[in-house]
Amino acid sequence: MEKWSDNRAWFLVLPVFVIVAFSAIIPLMTVVNYSIQDIFGPGNAVFVGTEWFEEMLTDQRLQDALWRQFLFSGLVLLIEIPLGILIALAMPKKGWGVSASLVTIAIPLLIPWNVIGTIWIIFTRPDIGLFGVGINSLDLLEIPFDHTARPSYAWITLMAMEVWHWTPLVALLCYAGLRAIPEAYYQAAKIDGASSWAVFRYIQLPKMRGVLTIAVLLRWMDSFLIYAEPFALTGGGPGNSTTFLSIYLVKLATGQFDLGPAAAFSIIYFLIVLLFSFVFYQALLHVGKGEKIA
Amino acid sequence: MKIKKRSFALLFYFFLLIIPIYWMLNMSLRSNADILSTFSLYPANITFKNYIKVFTDPTWYSGYINALIYVSMNTVMSLAFALPAAYAFSRYKFLGDGQMFFWLLTNRMAPPAVFLLPYFQLYSTFNLIDTHIAVALAHCLFNVPLAVWILEGFMSGIPKEIDETAFIDGYSFPRFFLTLFIPLIRAGVGVTAFFCFMFSWVELLFARTLTVTEAKPIVATMTRTISATGLDWGLLAANGVLTIVPGALVIWFVRNHLAKGFALGRV
Repeated sequence: MEKWSDNRAWFLVLPVFVIVAFSAIIPLMTVVNYSIQDIFGPGNAVFVGTEWFEEMLTDQRLQDALWRQFLFSGLVLLIEIPLGILIALAMPKKGWGVSASLVTIAIPLLIPWNVIGTIWIIFTRPDIGLFGVGINSLDLLEIPFDHTARPSYAWITLMAMEVWHWTPLVALLCYAGLRAIPEAYYQAAKIDGASSWAVFRYIQLPKMRGVLTIAVLLRWMDSFLIYAEPFALTGGGPGNSTTFLSIYLVKLATGQFDLGPAAAFSIIYFLIVLLFSFVFYQALLHVGKGEKIA
Repeated sequence: MKIKKRSFALLFYFFLLIIPIYWMLNMSLRSNADILSTFSLYPANITFKNYIKVFTDPTWYSGYINALIYVSMNTVMSLAFALPAAYAFSRYKFLGDGQMFFWLLTNRMAPPAVFLLPYFQLYSTFNLIDTHIAVALAHCLFNVPLAVWILEGFMSGIPKEIDETAFIDGYSFPRFFLTLFIPLIRAGVGVTAFFCFMFSWVELLFARTLTVTEAKPIVATMTRTISATGLDWGLLAANGVLTIVPGALVIWFVRNHLAKGFALGRV
């Protein structure tokens, strides 16, 4: 669609600019301000330059949290994307089942994030949880299952929770993509005697490219910012084994009240996210163009 | 036969989806002593004691009221701000439009933890700590960009000829926008409202940091109890079940547009 050229459109955007600037630019300036000063009290601050940045960049715990974060977000994509596609393919295409499946699938997305954590604590605890009691009664594990006891158990619980919580988003997106395929494509494939694998590979998958791009990038970004669920489930433990970037940052900022390092950390974190956002934006623009040509 | 296998797999997935929620429901209908002493797959001695406590004790039920207040405020604000802006992005080319759109997007992607500390100070300066409007404003950080994004997707699906015809017929811009255009994209407005509601409702970090007692939402009340000793699992579960209710109610109204909304109006 050809757009009209008119700079007066800025008047329509201005309210959004003002409110988001109030919520984003002013606070960010405060963070920048903290990151280059050492603050002893009101009106008593010393300019320290890049000292906090150097401290944070060499901070072992930050590096650990960063790698943990990459591992977590990578695993999230590896599990949730294929699973989401499979669920979308299995969902009914007409009849009462459509509404029923859509609503059922969407329920986990509407539960407050820390309640997700609560649900999984109640579900997996070795004393009262169905999963915890169930798996321990099978007596397969050398050390009884307890998500607070060992890092591996904490990770398994966390991944199960994450997959449970967010795979529905991927499934919904893929389902929307599948519904947009005209029936004629399937009829043509049937006439050609195409196998169901060929239908998936040459019709469904290419047609889902747009929604899959959105799904991959949304899941990558949002899992990179994860806070409330692991906070409620494990509190970042045992040890630091589930301390992701946001959890470490909040610990640093509100727990230990190290304003300078926390601010420097914030800026590093923000820049990493900004880089991903840029890639995301470019990918989305590209997808939009690809569809118009096809 | 193949279809049957598929439906069976799907039903099994739904079973896995529901079982943790069922378990919480099970806990919420039992007393704490019962939960800790006997393991049971279903509530043998059903009690509504936990729910009665939530509905009669102001420290619990006020959390729901507070949350609903700021969530509604945020939804109305996000829509009011985003509608004209989304129209501008979908119809006009203007100086810096691409950069502006990208900048909005970065705020949807920004880690809330980064904004935590400055927010506390910013809202303290304006004496807004522990008010509903503070949380509603803070949630605008991610909801306004999201609303602009989804609405822009829906608006771009409406041909521009409609606008042109209306302007030739002598409609002023506000009259055209409010009486003709918004009704055309009402599905998009509904879906956007739903998403603003949802993301404001599920958020914890800002809601917890910016409130103390007067505006404290239920999610914050729950995390404070969880760290206390002598936890009442039944009561916690009852609260968890009740936090699912508003979402389950609104989801029914947008079920047919949900997927399109998640795809940011771009399917």
